[in-house]
Amino acid sequence: MPASVNETLESVVIRFAGDSGDGMQLTGSQFTNTSALLGNDLATFPDFPAEIRAPIGTVAGVSGFQVHFGSTRIYTPGDSCDVLVVMNVAALKSNLRNLKKGGTIIANTDGFDAKNMRLAGVADDKNPLEDGSLEGYDVKKLDITKITRAALTDSGLGVKEIDRCKNMFVLGLIYWMYHRPMENTIAFIESKFKKNPAVAEANIKVLKAGWNYGETTEAFSSRYEVSKAKMDKGVYRGITGNTATTYGLIAASVKSALPLFLGSYPITPASDILHELSKYKNFGIKTFQAEDEIAAIASAIGAAFGGSLAITTSSGPGVALKTEAIGLATVLELPLVIVNVQRGGPSTGLPTKTEQADLLQAFYGRNGECPVAVVAAQSPTDCFDAAFEACRIALEHMVPVFLLTDGYIANGSEPWKFPSTADLPAITVSHSKPEDKKGDKFLPYERDEKLSRPWAVPGTKGLEHRIGGLEKQNGTGNISYDPANHEFMVKLRAEKIERIANYIPDQQLDNGPEKGDLLILGWGGTYGALKTATRDLLAEGYSVAHAHLRHLNPFPKNLGSILGNYKQVLIPELNSGQLIKIIRDKYFVDAKGFNKVQGLPFTTIELKNKIKELIGNN
Amino acid sequence: MTLETSVNEKKLTSKDFVSDQEVRWCPGCGDYSILKQVQTVMPDLGRAREEFVFISGIGCSSRFPYYMETFGMHSIHGRATAIASGLKAARPDLSVWIVSGDGDSLSIGGNHTIHLLRRNFDVNMLVFNNQIYGLTKGQYSPTSEAGKITKSTPMGSIDHPFNPAALALGADGTFVARSMDRDPKHLQAILKRAYEHKGTSFVEIYQNCNVFNDGAFEIFTEKSSKKLETLFVEQGKPLVFGENNDKGIKLDGFKPIIVNLNEGHSANELWVHDETDQVKANILARFFDSPEKEGHLPRPFGVFYTEQRACYEDMMTHQLEEASAKGADLDKLIAGRETWVVN
Ligand SMILES: Cc1ncc(C[n+]2csc(CCOP(=O)(O)OP(=O)(O)O)c2C)c(N)n1
Ligand code: SF4
Ligand SMILES: [Mg+2]
Repeated sequence: MPASVNETLESVVIRFAGDSGDGMQLTGSQFTNTSALLGNDLATFPDFPAEIRAPIGTVAGVSGFQVHFGSTRIYTPGDSCDVLVVMNVAALKSNLRNLKKGGTIIANTDGFDAKNMRLAGVADDKNPLEDGSLEGYDVKKLDITKITRAALTDSGLGVKEIDRCKNMFVLGLIYWMYHRPMENTIAFIESKFKKNPAVAEANIKVLKAGWNYGETTEAFSSRYEVSKAKMDKGVYRGITGNTATTYGLIAASVKSALPLFLGSYPITPASDILHELSKYKNFGIKTFQAEDEIAAIASAIGAAFGGSLAITTSSGPGVALKTEAIGLATVLELPLVIVNVQRGGPSTGLPTKTEQADLLQAFYGRNGECPVAVVAAQSPTDCFDAAFEACRIALEHMVPVFLLTDGYIANGSEPWKFPSTADLPAITVSHSKPEDKKGDKFLPYERDEKLSRPWAVPGTKGLEHRIGGLEKQNGTGNISYDPANHEFMVKLRAEKIERIANYIPDQQLDNGPEKGDLLILGWGGTYGALKTATRDLLAEGYSVAHAHLRHLNPFPKNLGSILGNYKQVLIPELNSGQLIKIIRDKYFVDAKGFNKVQGLPFTTIELKNKIKELIGNN
Repeated sequence: MTLETSVNEKKLTSKDFVSDQEVRWCPGCGDYSILKQVQTVMPDLGRAREEFVFISGIGCSSRFPYYMETFGMHSIHGRATAIASGLKAARPDLSVWIVSGDGDSLSIGGNHTIHLLRRNFDVNMLVFNNQIYGLTKGQYSPTSEAGKITKSTPMGSIDHPFNPAALALGADGTFVARSMDRDPKHLQAILKRAYEHKGTSFVEIYQNCNVFNDGAFEIFTEKSSKKLETLFVEQGKPLVFGENNDKGIKLDGFKPIIVNLNEGHSANELWVHDETDQVKANILARFFDSPEKEGHLPRPFGVFYTEQRACYEDMMTHQLEEASAKGADLDKLIAGRETWVVN
């Protein structure tokens, strides 16, 4: 047995890549769970193929899963990976650019045969494992298919079933490399294949074979320690952004004691919220898969009129269809949460890729002057808080609220020190009662100090009233074409949104000094990258700070004064510059943009370079 | 019983359903009559006023909710059906009425209409068909007859019109009926039937737009031609029409033919109306010839078809009840199956 060298690392990024049928998502999530149990901090991101059933072995059919784990705090799935596992040549072809210079490649040689080369569109004489093109990388070649088959010759399983165990070999080997125990995965396999003990046994055998391969083969002589991270004390679970959004909405329903109604139409990457919410009918949740996005939001408006916590979920193209109805909800002044899990646009765009290009749509994308509140989530776990907050604002202020998340945080996952529901804030909301009618006429558009109006639901005696999309007289809600009244109402609806600022917390700095050379102002899913860049730059002695916006409309009241405390303001966005337009317009600051529109998140490196360049220029 | 409760329980009258808003339709518009008939039947439905909700889209007809002293929403063009679906799903306890025009329900909102019908929410849908876009001042609609000259069809419409009743049957509507603004008694009766039906009640109402399409249904509504040109169907009764009820409809295989009862044909030979017969309902709905066509069939009015089918909101409630047996523990949900502790 070769003596293995042990090295300690702060953090590692591993990317598992293979054909859609190779089980890479499962491998990645098992590695993630085990690492979480060991106390690492981590972040993951799945990279699904855009096609559902792309032909086997092709580049279009490659599925990837990246996990970043460490003994330090981890805020992103990692710019690039240290280790790239590839089950076939197509996986290498499409993922090599994600590998660090000098990184490790673990390649299943069986996936590099003539057939796979042809399917991946690689010329016969260009096998990357043989033509020297991978020089500079640490390449480990092994025929995983063959070893797996050999390990299971006596299993009695067919070749197809045997080959399906390949991913467990990879997992076992990686567990060995990083000193991870196998128990958690063994327990998982046993429960997953409870009804099929032969398959369970085969998977466990191959898992162990992978481990033993590391232990006995010279090629794998190095092992790595990644110790526990210093995390806040508490109980954790792993969660994706879309699931966290779902739980945030349910929590708001429980805390407001209102039944939740979801009107939705399937669309990537938002569908998972519909799927998740549909599971929890035991919470009194009604989910309605409508015939299109217009009906989805319209049904939600109907439910809001009826007194429910009404939600509609979608992504860019679907949100575009909802536009007119959002205007209606604004004029009706009914509570409604519109969740936009953003993806690359315009039009169908890049359904499986991320972007932040719908901010101006959320702000302005309607006819007439039609302000709505806008809230954004910054990370997978933060989707919970953001969703809860969006509901709170909608219900307490009687307004439609946009919740912006994106494909990157929706599908990404991270450990979550989840709250106890007793600690969640109350959401105070009440439907009008018969005795709320003063005098002989009920006034549906009477205002309170928030400028919000009473929520009088059908079925309440004596409060019969009509609402509609035509301009209305304040107070009575009667149709009014009076010019002065129209201007008054337009201003009132705007002021109503502005006043929400009195009921949200001040903007905090996420990191960095209160005054300094440069403020990084971000919003949404770029949080992790901005946070990591700021941390590194502060460690290098730069005078930078980072603030990340949860509330985009209205902004926190102190935002203007924060902006004034820095020589420069940088607004990085995954669009061509949207928040920056609003900030420049509102605060007259000469903010600089840093923009990327590739369907990809920021890397820490590119952010750091940009910031150094800006500070250097000063 | 205290005086107060006895006052509260006094039977409502049609006046109780009149709102304080001035009615703004053109004088002579058929919408007035429909409003009157709805307000007339409401007190007889035996429900508290606050349980009624009228949801409309956009159009002259869609102004309707403003004039009803009930809960109401005047929404956006074509979407009343979808809004009503959400409201009924959320609040099965309410009596939900949709008011829509031919453009609103069959053009911009056509998609929602067919989906409402197949889902069979227990709501009532009143389609005011004037075969024109009234509010936008006179363009042809999806029910306008071919060749119609309007502002947007100066050389005549080349659109083939929808037959709303046939469309509703095609979408598996569970209650499909037709009535008219000019026959208050009939309209009232149909409205009551629509209310009583459990499921989506689709009621097409011929409505005269005296400004942009005056007389579109004159041949069916005017005394002089009504008897000859219309066929009022009633459950269990033979299909008889004509000046002296001297004509009848007989089925020759699947082909309806007109017979003259004075010429040796007896009522026993005639097609007897059966609302539950889907095949016959489809044939009936297809009595849609232009009255100008030689040998055309009369235009039928009444309940064409009715069927008992489970309602969406009831099945939804049922699923929720079934699921509620699991209990609902938010902390458990949030914690999920796999947690770990950091000390
Ligand atoms: C989205 C949208 N498109 C167009 C219009 C303009 N518009 C209002 S009513 C209407 C047609 C109404 O016709 P119908 O539904 O038959 O109702 P009627 O006025 O005849 O009762 C149109 C095109 C609108 N209000 N909204
Ligand atoms: S335009 Fe026609 S439908 Fe509209 S109110 Fe006038 S008469 Fe009635
Ligand atoms: Mg019309």
